[in-house]
Amino acid sequence: MNHGPVHPGEPPIINNADEPDRRGVLKFFSIVLGGIAAAAAGVPVLGYFFGPVTRMLRDKWVDIGAIDEFPTGQTRIVDFENPVRRPWDGVSGKSAAYVRRTGPGEFKVFAINCTHLGCPVSWFPQSGLFLCPCHGGVYYADGERASGPPPRGLYEYAARIEKGRLQILTGHLPTLNDPPSIATEKRA
Amino acid sequence: MNRIARQIGGWFEARLGIAQALRPILGHRTPRGAKWWYVFGSATLTLFLIQVVTGILLAMVYVPSGDQAYESLQYLNYTQELGWFLRALHNTAASGMVVMLVIHMTQVFLMGAFKYPRELTWLFGVGLLAITMGMAFTGQVLRWDQDAYWGVGVGSAMAGRLPIIGPYMVRLICSGPTIGGETLSRFFALHVFVLPGTLILLVVGHLYLVLRLGISSPPVAGKPVDPKTYDAEYERELANGVTFYPNPIRRDMIFSALTVIVIVALAAMIGPMGPGEPPDPTIIKSDPRPDWEFLPLFGLLALSPAPLEPVAIFGVPAIIGLVLILIPFVGSKGERSPRRRPVAVLSVILFFTTAGVLGWLGHTSPWSPVMDAWSGLPVPERMVKNLRPLELQGAAVFQVKTCRNCHALDGIGGERGPDLTKVATKLTHDELIRQVIQGGGLMPAFGSRLSPAEIDAMVAFLETLRPPGEPPARSAVTARR
Repeated sequence: MNHGPVHPGEPPIINNADEPDRRGVLKFFSIVLGGIAAAAAGVPVLGYFFGPVTRMLRDKWVDIGAIDEFPTGQTRIVDFENPVRRPWDGVSGKSAAYVRRTGPGEFKVFAINCTHLGCPVSWFPQSGLFLCPCHGGVYYADGERASGPPPRGLYEYAARIEKGRLQILTGHLPTLNDPPSIATEKRA
Repeated sequence: MNRIARQIGGWFEARLGIAQALRPILGHRTPRGAKWWYVFGSATLTLFLIQVVTGILLAMVYVPSGDQAYESLQYLNYTQELGWFLRALHNTAASGMVVMLVIHMTQVFLMGAFKYPRELTWLFGVGLLAITMGMAFTGQVLRWDQDAYWGVGVGSAMAGRLPIIGPYMVRLICSGPTIGGETLSRFFALHVFVLPGTLILLVVGHLYLVLRLGISSPPVAGKPVDPKTYDAEYERELANGVTFYPNPIRRDMIFSALTVIVIVALAAMIGPMGPGEPPDPTIIKSDPRPDWEFLPLFGLLALSPAPLEPVAIFGVPAIIGLVLILIPFVGSKGERSPRRRPVAVLSVILFFTTAGVLGWLGHTSPWSPVMDAWSGLPVPERMVKNLRPLELQGAAVFQVKTCRNCHALDGIGGERGPDLTKVATKLTHDELIRQVIQGGGLMPAFGSRLSPAEIDAMVAFLETLRPPGEPPARSAVTARR
């Protein structure tokens, strides 16, 4: 085939179209190796990015105080350290819950999060109501929904008594499709 | 001297070719009559550049760590030289950027500038709007105070309502099972790397298309866009047009300069925003509110009936996004002038009215109980004058049982329930007792929380609440007798 005149001092013109075999090989390897390289770099990146989703951190039992601190028939707020907190969480690693003692050994422990959109509800012992500041959700003292936009009553933590101290099973942010964990172990 | 400067300039130009590269941009022809309507896009870009500069400077001091972000913000506000001003400017320019972006999009929509051949230019703009709103939300989280903490909480609760993937979305948003230091770090990475990077790419694409396709000429009623003839027509308009430099670019520069002056002045006057109380979830007396960009959504979520809530949470943003994406395809041809597009004009009016009303309601949030009204707001003096002891006792019960948190007297107090200033003209003795005991409407039942004596006293007080001269309410049955 005529490649045209070749001037002295210039490289000869090479027409790749003349070498279909090499072109096919290069194409094949550029795609295959490129795919392997993208997967090799991409899979760990995605695994890292979605780590918080795939990481299965179980809720833990947390001591929230001696049972004597909670008078029967009253609702008290308790602060505690979130069991899944990181050392650099600061005050955001704290957590709170409402404890209502209903009998000598009976407790109901509610999450502070409104079941509507998660804002912190306030307890009013005077009227026996929990009020939410965001959209006006109201709950009765037993956690039942009283009025407003919440789709259900307050979230309730699993509670148990260990050597005279109250413990609750907590760790994750309670939301509508992922309410607090149910206790699976036997009560002590 | 001048000659030497020109020689040095020439030396660089021969190698860099900057003037050569800029000449087609500055010299490209634009249609006549564009005037001042076309300045909002460049003003948005100018404010974005301010965000880049102030953002980098703030990142030199801000500590994106769960336990020290709050302290570093306090340091910026009170100790770092002009830290307060940089924070204020970053916040004000962010608001200004959203405002300019919305004005720019509205102008482009009303003037039909999204029509053939500029559909993709519009889509890049829609992407820029989405990223800018993402910047607004992630930036609010970096403020790492109560509003930030509960902003993430509300965002998580919304995403958590999705079936099946909800709980996974919550863990992705929080970067773990709950809100903490990892949440902040991830939002920081989004706010300073991922979103701005995407934003810059989209801006480059947007500007490339603006230069490639040219800006649209001002719309003329009765001159519809027809893809078959538009290009030739536009060429003719350009031939008769003006070069981008000097006049159009001068208008852009003047308006951007005015915008920056106003933003800087506002920043100096308003000062930095927050941080409010620390991001401590045990501070129960919190009243979280989103930044103004999200108040309409906040209002919508309070007002939508429970069965429609998923629609409000996922449907409304999805529909807005879908409509914005479909606009240039549905309306790629036809009239451009707003005078011939009544549906377009009405849609704009409807959108801004709805967003304005919802935003205002979100700001005043009449549905929120006034948490300290029961102890902070006394019963108006005229209402307790000359009361009998039982009625006085009832007024005390009314206060102590936190009724004021939802019920105003003389317009002062909560607005969740009706103002009770004239309640005795509307409800009879029996109806009042029934309402208190059983509740109804938005009111919880108080039957188990009040003793019969307390209910008697309170209803006796409520029965005195009517203006002199107006008769008390009577039941239909009694009235007939």
